[in-house]
Amino acid sequence: MKKVLVILLSAVILLSIVGCASDKEVLNVYNWGEYIDMAVIDMFEEETGIKVNYNTFTTNEDMYVKLSKGRVSYDLVFPSDYMIQRMIQEDMLQKINMENIPNYSKIDDVHKNLSYDPNNEYSVPYLWGTVGILYNKTMVSDTVDSWDILWNEKYSQKIFMQDSQRDSMMVALIKLGYSQNTTDQTQIDEAMNLLIEQKPLVLGYLVDEVKDKMVQKEGALAVVWSGEAVDAMSMNEDLAYVIPKEGSNRWVDAMVIPKNAKNVSAAEKFINFMLRDDIMVMNANETGYSITSQSAIDLLDDEWKNNLAAFPTEDMLSRCSVFEYNAEATVLYNKAWTEVTAH
Amino acid sequence: MSKRRFSLPYLIWMSIFIVVPLLLVVFYAFTDNSSGKTVFTLDHIKAIFEPLYLKVIGRSLYMSLIATIVCFILGYPAAMILASKDFAKKSTMLILIVLPMWMNFLLRTYSWLSLLENEGLINRFLALIGFGQVQLMYNNFAVVLGMVYNFLPFMILPIYSVLVKIDKSVIEAAKDLGANNIKVFGRVIFPLSMPGVISGITMTFMPALSTFVISRLLSGGKITLIGNIIEQQFTITGDWGLGSALSLLLMVLIFVSMIFINKYGDESVGAGGLL
Amino acid sequence: MKKLLQRIYLFLILLFLYAPIIVLIVYSFNESKSRAVWQGFSLTWYQQLFTDSKILNALETTLLIALVASVVATVLGTFAALGIIKMKKKTFETVRTITYIPVLNPDIVTGVSLMMLFAFVGIELGFVSMLLAHITFCTPYVIISVLPKLYQTDISVYEAAQDLGATPFYALRKTIIPQLMPGIITGFLLSFTLSVDDFVISYFTTGGHVENLSMIIFSMARKGVNPKINAVSALLFVTVMALLLVVNKRELSSKKRISKNNKDTFLNREKQILSIGENEEK
Repeated sequence: MKKVLVILLSAVILLSIVGCASDKEVLNVYNWGEYIDMAVIDMFEEETGIKVNYNTFTTNEDMYVKLSKGRVSYDLVFPSDYMIQRMIQEDMLQKINMENIPNYSKIDDVHKNLSYDPNNEYSVPYLWGTVGILYNKTMVSDTVDSWDILWNEKYSQKIFMQDSQRDSMMVALIKLGYSQNTTDQTQIDEAMNLLIEQKPLVLGYLVDEVKDKMVQKEGALAVVWSGEAVDAMSMNEDLAYVIPKEGSNRWVDAMVIPKNAKNVSAAEKFINFMLRDDIMVMNANETGYSITSQSAIDLLDDEWKNNLAAFPTEDMLSRCSVFEYNAEATVLYNKAWTEVTAH
Repeated sequence: MSKRRFSLPYLIWMSIFIVVPLLLVVFYAFTDNSSGKTVFTLDHIKAIFEPLYLKVIGRSLYMSLIATIVCFILGYPAAMILASKDFAKKSTMLILIVLPMWMNFLLRTYSWLSLLENEGLINRFLALIGFGQVQLMYNNFAVVLGMVYNFLPFMILPIYSVLVKIDKSVIEAAKDLGANNIKVFGRVIFPLSMPGVISGITMTFMPALSTFVISRLLSGGKITLIGNIIEQQFTITGDWGLGSALSLLLMVLIFVSMIFINKYGDESVGAGGLL
Repeated sequence: MKKLLQRIYLFLILLFLYAPIIVLIVYSFNESKSRAVWQGFSLTWYQQLFTDSKILNALETTLLIALVASVVATVLGTFAALGIIKMKKKTFETVRTITYIPVLNPDIVTGVSLMMLFAFVGIELGFVSMLLAHITFCTPYVIISVLPKLYQTDISVYEAAQDLGATPFYALRKTIIPQLMPGIITGFLLSFTLSVDDFVISYFTTGGHVENLSMIIFSMARKGVNPKINAVSALLFVTVMALLLVVNKRELSSKKRISKNNKDTFLNREKQILSIGENEEK
């Protein structure tokens, strides 16, 4: 009996140590799920000899909770714009020495100096996109150019909304003519009520599943991110994507280095690596999302580089803005969204 | 006696991993730690009584109750048939009923997705025989169905295991004394099966009340139950105070329902029911 | 007529229980992703399943955690039962209540409370925290399985063995533990099953990239219908069926063995005491 206990205990201890023992240099990366071409990681490891531990998260909030409360440490993380703003405010990030990242100059200016990181000190853009309406041309007879159509009773139970607090609130706020970053309680309440009004027409509040459902014709209209739209459109030709005329959200996921990162130089190398044209093309092809450098975009196939969903015109982009983070407003948004889902 | 010392490792384990976490739940439910200092507060508890959360709680209770009743209506006859002496191949049948229980709970819930969709199998079948499309998913029906499907074996088995132990001579005696089948059931069989019924109800109602997976997967985010709100507090909003308060409420609800259920039966859950 | 109705009813119940699973399995062989249209028999999803490192890692994690957790829980729980049985009434009842807490508490509360514990104490969420959580919810079931058997054991055999010169530990090993074996094995199997099947508690107590099978299925299912999940279901179904048949056969033969043993104890008490050493053959 004692022998068994000892063996067991040592097995348990061994197992927990196994992960840590290694002589090689290690880089701990935390990114969204299915948001990279895994071959890129292999290439990086080969070229630099650095071992990459690649972990994934599903939402910004998930990632934030794990990083702030869970005492987990990463060298490189890929949050979204508003979350980066929050992390900067809460002193969770360190400034990036851009001189160690020569490829930074390849990034198009339109992605720089955005409100979440106005001086480009803490982040390097990775992939970006917009939010819009994906619809099935054969199932929707009206013109789709406004958020109003999602409140049209004709399409009751054929509408999908995002199970995402900020994206859904954004739709309602913009439809009402307000800013998607408002901190005004009355405006937030109005948006909340609008969404509650819409609920009987909504088939479901989905995230990743929505792409599959639209391809399978379960719904006629859905609020999606541009990358999902590009993917869905390639699987079903009846689908089209539009950024409503009232405006919408544009988002950027960028690379940041947490304050408690253990291997900053490896992180910088990885960032620089990701900005290479060939690597950008690989990631674009694998994820379907839009890359940030014109020189890389030019390498994509024609159908793609001319796809307005993936690469909207300046005019379209001009009606979109980024999410901003505000601590008090977040509580208000949380409350409002809970009211909508629990209704 | 040396033997008492044997339980020491477990007692230490139990204190750290069972008692302390529960104390933490109570702690977070009654304190506000947002300003960096710990302040006693009843805010979280008060929050539970806002109409929003009351609605969620009511909905959870309502749906779990319906699911439990459906499981009972479907499960009791099944258990009776299985336990009846004129039923052969009992052990095969038992294995067949137990098998789904051993399948992964998530897979069991997920399995309904392909069936319930608008373009899914059931609707296609309905279209074939001339019915229009029925919305079977993203609504209350789907969630209750998911609950019933997951927990039905947990209702059948305890009732069966008690029914099968009933002394046949008691039934025969009742019949000899002139009772018809209905009376025999109502006065003899059903009361004797109570411990099993209580187990079954407990093992159905409790998990149904606290689930968040079933509502997540089958309702498309439209139906929010207590479990969903608690989960959101710990993964998205980081509001441990509210999450803990709701967890306390859940524990209280379950505790109360167990007392309630036990009042309607003689046996306590501990001895006869669980295994 | 009554018999026919009964059979039909049971058949319908079974149909209800199995239809979704059968559909899952059938569609795991579908060439295309569509669950509406059958496009030909194919093993492609199984192939993809076996090359999907994420799923394979999850499977490995699940089995490893289940194994280690059940072994630790069984040892911890068995010794706990041995100690508990000697407790005075008040202590006994307190311990019993606390032991029942993980059993009666909803998974979500257990999971969430453990998560808070780990954060409070500063343990990083990952494999170890998940393992500790699993041990925690498995041990009570071992105690519940072993205690009844312990009440039934004949303690005089233990005392007699000591009288004959055996050390307490040896006597324990040779006289008590064998009598407890059915309970210990039940406890172990129960722990293993519960651990493999767990989702909610694992969901809250793990971190980073450590995921068990249920968690992988959950995140895949959230992305929509994926035939790889169907393939997993089919394989799981076959495994569970095989296991159940094995366990069932074992139950039947061990029942025969136990009743035989009981008869022996009754009639050949002294023979047993004298032949303690010979029990090793069993």
